[in-house]
Amino acid sequence: MLSPVWLPLFVLGMPFVAFVLLAVVAPLRRAGSPAALVSIGATLLAFAAALAVWRGAFVAETTWAWIPADGGPIATVGLLVDPLSNAMLVLVTLVSLLVQIYSLAYLGDERPASLGRYYTYQSLFAFSMLGLVLAPGFLQMFVFWELVGLCSYLLIGYWYERPAAARAAVKAFWITKLGDIGFIIGIVLLWSATGTFEFTELFDKAQEHALAIKGLPTIMFLIYLGAVGKSAQFPLHVWLPDAMEGPTPVSALIHAATMVTAGVFMVTRTEPLFAMVPEVLTLIAWVGAFTALLAATMACVEDDIKRVLAYSTISQLGYMMAAAGAGAAYAGFLHLLTHGLFKALLFLAAGAVIHAVGTNDIFRMGGLFRAMPQTGVVFLVGTLALAGVPPLAGFFSKEAVLGGVWEAHFTGPFLMLAATALLTAFYMFRVVFIAFFGRAHAGGHPHEAPWLMRGPLWLLAALTVLVGIRLGGAEGHDETPAWLVPLSIGLAFAGFGLAWAMYQRGAIDPARVATVLGPLDYLARRRYGIDALYAGLYRGLILGFSRLIGWIDRYIVDGVLNVLSALTLRGGQALRGIQSGRAQDYVYGVAFGMLLLIVWAQLWR
Amino acid sequence: MIRQVLSLVPELSIITWAPFVGALLIMFTARHRPRAVRWIAAVTTGISAALSIRIYATYDQDVAGFQFYEKIPLVPPLGISYEVGADGISLLMVLLTSIIIVAGVFASWTVQVRSQEFYALLLALVTGVYGVFVSLDLFVLFLFYELAVLPMYLLIGIWGSSGEVRPRGIFAWAFRETGVGTKEYAAMKLTLYLLFGSAFILVGILALYVNAGAASFSFLDFEATAFPRALQRVFLAFYVGFGILAGIWPLHTWSPDGHASAPTAVSMLHAGVLMKLGAYGVVRMGMGLLPEGAADLAWLVGTVACVNIVYGALSSMAQTDLKYVIAYSSVSHMGIVMLGAATLTGPGLNGSVFQMFAHGVMTGLFFALVGLVYEKAHSRDIGKMGGFGKTMPGIATAFTVGGLSSLGLPATAGFVAELLTFLGAWRAARRQANLLGPTLQPVPRSRRRPRARVGRAGGPGLRARSLRHGPGPGDRAGGHRDGAPARPDREPMTAFTLELGLSALALLVFGASLIARRPDRRWIAWLATAGVLVLGILSAFVTPTPPALGGMFVQDGLAIFAKRLFLAATFIGLLAGISVDGVACGHRAGEYHLLILSSLPAI
Repeated sequence: MLSPVWLPLFVLGMPFVAFVLLAVVAPLRRAGSPAALVSIGATLLAFAAALAVWRGAFVAETTWAWIPADGGPIATVGLLVDPLSNAMLVLVTLVSLLVQIYSLAYLGDERPASLGRYYTYQSLFAFSMLGLVLAPGFLQMFVFWELVGLCSYLLIGYWYERPAAARAAVKAFWITKLGDIGFIIGIVLLWSATGTFEFTELFDKAQEHALAIKGLPTIMFLIYLGAVGKSAQFPLHVWLPDAMEGPTPVSALIHAATMVTAGVFMVTRTEPLFAMVPEVLTLIAWVGAFTALLAATMACVEDDIKRVLAYSTISQLGYMMAAAGAGAAYAGFLHLLTHGLFKALLFLAAGAVIHAVGTNDIFRMGGLFRAMPQTGVVFLVGTLALAGVPPLAGFFSKEAVLGGVWEAHFTGPFLMLAATALLTAFYMFRVVFIAFFGRAHAGGHPHEAPWLMRGPLWLLAALTVLVGIRLGGAEGHDETPAWLVPLSIGLAFAGFGLAWAMYQRGAIDPARVATVLGPLDYLARRRYGIDALYAGLYRGLILGFSRLIGWIDRYIVDGVLNVLSALTLRGGQALRGIQSGRAQDYVYGVAFGMLLLIVWAQLWR
Repeated sequence: MIRQVLSLVPELSIITWAPFVGALLIMFTARHRPRAVRWIAAVTTGISAALSIRIYATYDQDVAGFQFYEKIPLVPPLGISYEVGADGISLLMVLLTSIIIVAGVFASWTVQVRSQEFYALLLALVTGVYGVFVSLDLFVLFLFYELAVLPMYLLIGIWGSSGEVRPRGIFAWAFRETGVGTKEYAAMKLTLYLLFGSAFILVGILALYVNAGAASFSFLDFEATAFPRALQRVFLAFYVGFGILAGIWPLHTWSPDGHASAPTAVSMLHAGVLMKLGAYGVVRMGMGLLPEGAADLAWLVGTVACVNIVYGALSSMAQTDLKYVIAYSSVSHMGIVMLGAATLTGPGLNGSVFQMFAHGVMTGLFFALVGLVYEKAHSRDIGKMGGFGKTMPGIATAFTVGGLSSLGLPATAGFVAELLTFLGAWRAARRQANLLGPTLQPVPRSRRRPRARVGRAGGPGLRARSLRHGPGPGDRAGGHRDGAPARPDREPMTAFTLELGLSALALLVFGASLIARRPDRRWIAWLATAGVLVLGILSAFVTPTPPALGGMFVQDGLAIFAKRLFLAATFIGLLAGISVDGVACGHRAGEYHLLILSSLPAI
């Protein structure tokens, strides 16, 4: 233990205290705004502490026994504090705080009891995410992994009266659960082979080459499956677009900046282990890059502003995982941090727009820049960051990712990522041009958002710029090839130009492009049938199979039993005839029995 | 009879018998007083609960063996004694039972029809359950097991709810003949099935008894005996017998119908405790007494457990009736319990017991909630339900919490239970297990088929004994087995004298009735009851003697014990008869009591 552990513990503990308080003290929760203040206050304190931890470059590790067993505890809980976790602490608490403040205005129309429920969930989420980030071992990480999934379910389904929201929440829970199955199996297998859940012990073992287990690639692949589910990699990405049914601040927090990044964080955290299985890393890189490209194509045809951002998130997550797969895990992590900032910014700005206009459909917006200049500016900042334009933060992290992938000689993924960069710029500026520029719509009077919403927006925008400048001034990018910088800038401008030509200038007709790219457009609009495939599999295979089993249980297994009992009843009916009530029958029976006995006794003499 | 109570206060006996005392009180004093009925039930179960918490708190975790030990010899020649003790597992189960029954008593507060009998039967049932968990004498354990099963028939048959099952498939004719779907059907099926299972248990107990020298039914004595290899197959008898109660596939079908048709408190007890009784029996008696047999058959136990998990989960998904959903999920969760037990490892068994407790509480919660929902919605059909979050937020939240525990979400009990079970299963697995993992709601999260390690005799197989028990602090003073000490100086009061007394009483009562004038013959009933009481008390002084009447009339210890039992039962029966306006107090009172009392000597 090098640094005191109470400060990180404080960061973890504050949201937990807020959660317990709000969960238990029902009157406080039902009051609405006071509950919000409790939660915001706790998160503010946590953020301050997280800043202190990060600035102080704390390093510590401590564990306490949890589940006892013979010969030492079988499971422990604790904290692992190092630069990786510290950065996440700051990101999680910062975005949590801004989102909670923003929500006060965004959800201002909610009933007080519902608002209280929202903030209870928010506190629980903050606690869970922080616990995940600080986990010293796989087991604790898994525990909080599941809790974070639970919070996602609760928050997506916040407006539970809406059937679409309820369905989306269940879908999110299910799909991530599929990944989690692999995760827990991998964890248990690893434990079974090594006897420990703890990261430091595993890393030490890896260092001493004591981890040459036969099934290690399989184990690490299973563990990776958890990240596939949580970080929305293909093919478990389908829950993220539907998760947009939740309130926009929720999307900003957990589906952009924090929860979905848990998978990337996990892969980064356990990088020494993944480094031992290059085959799995290659798979991660390819899947990541493919996910990025696939999602980007789907974003190009979306009309719902939140869905565009959701696909964009999937795409960027693909970037991060591709970097991890290429062995440049820290480039991916850097992208995680910067992406967290500007994606949250984009979502919150989108929320402001939705709040003002009352619809998600970009084609029902237009000319918003004039009506909401501030929102327009920050949205533009976010877009530029996402497209990878220097000196904003996104540029440096994206470049690091591309450089890392190139250095690892993953040409295929590199090309996919480059294409994605082009598409990213394209679809983002498509949204900007359609929604913010162009003709305003007749109906509605879009107005600027209240300060509670604008404040976080400006803060995030400022951070995006500042972090970018800071990254630019930091140690040089000497590893990356020299042509990478102009390439990425060129791709960004190409995308911008294409969008400008199609949607601002009207030089290229989008409809004609759609016909030219006919099959691709068709597939992209239908999400490549993957959702339909899942729905079909679920309905047909799982539900159908379960109905079959239910039928078998009721009518076959139980049927046999009922046959036995029916036969018994019938047998009883038949035998009842012997008791005829007539004495002469009884005498007859006695005589017959005597005869039998005599015969039998003779035979057995 | 010399008492051997080793704990200063006989906590386990109080816990076990307090509900029974409550049942008696209710039957005899609370006629037409529903509030009294409920409060008696609440108080007596509360006493049990308070004491069970207390013994849980005072249990010494560092000492192996049974604590809170009591022993009262009942039939020394046969080695039957009332012997109770608690170790870690039974303690937890006792605690679980008290939680569930207290909750169940309150959940049934609104029973309208014949609440007196309902609560009396419920309390008698719970006495049986407590008894099974704490009993260390296998004979008495069996008695308690029967006591736990039989009231279910009445409880489900009278206070249950009927559903509708349309006969389909090739066996449809059987469905029509047996009346599938009604509560009477469910009650009969459950009772008969469990009694069928108890036959196997009895066979197992007797096999062990005979093999151990026919000297004692005590669990502690059996533990100390090393049974020969050939006898280890008796584990199968225990596994099937108790497994039926635990709901192993394919002998589980009594459970969904039983659960669904039963009233709320009975469902809670049934799923929450009764099924655990089965698993407890397998672990305690099967694995505790026949470890090699358990190790040999661990593959079977494990495989069936996995089938349980998946099959139960899938069936649960296919149901439209809310109670059936939870019932099948219980079947599934018991699979996890049995899987943990099958591993015969420390973490696995810990996980198994933990899951027993966790699932017991969780399922008690579910059924209580379903009972509430049914009261409000008057339907169990899921298709007709919706929007509970708005109208019943408390119930909705509780349901969600229960559901999350059921699927093993971390931070709920279900997660720890399942984790330990899986860790234990992996420790035990020899070959690469089949990794199939559906996640079905609200059901366990993954399934595997471990092939448990076949233990060598005496080696790892004996790991099952690592359960925290060992020779209890029993004080086996000699002399009890030999029968009561002879008292040659005094003319012994023999059982024969007792019979004469009974016959005389019968004739007296009948004669009295002949001279009775008034139509109200209640005093005759009181006379008969008082007479039986007197004779019962006198029977305490009866000692075993050599047979009378030239060997035709046996008067040994067993006969006297049985006689006392019958006298007690007759006394209760006559007493109960007085409270009911009917034959016992009417015109025919004389003949009625003559018939009853004259049957006594015959017995």
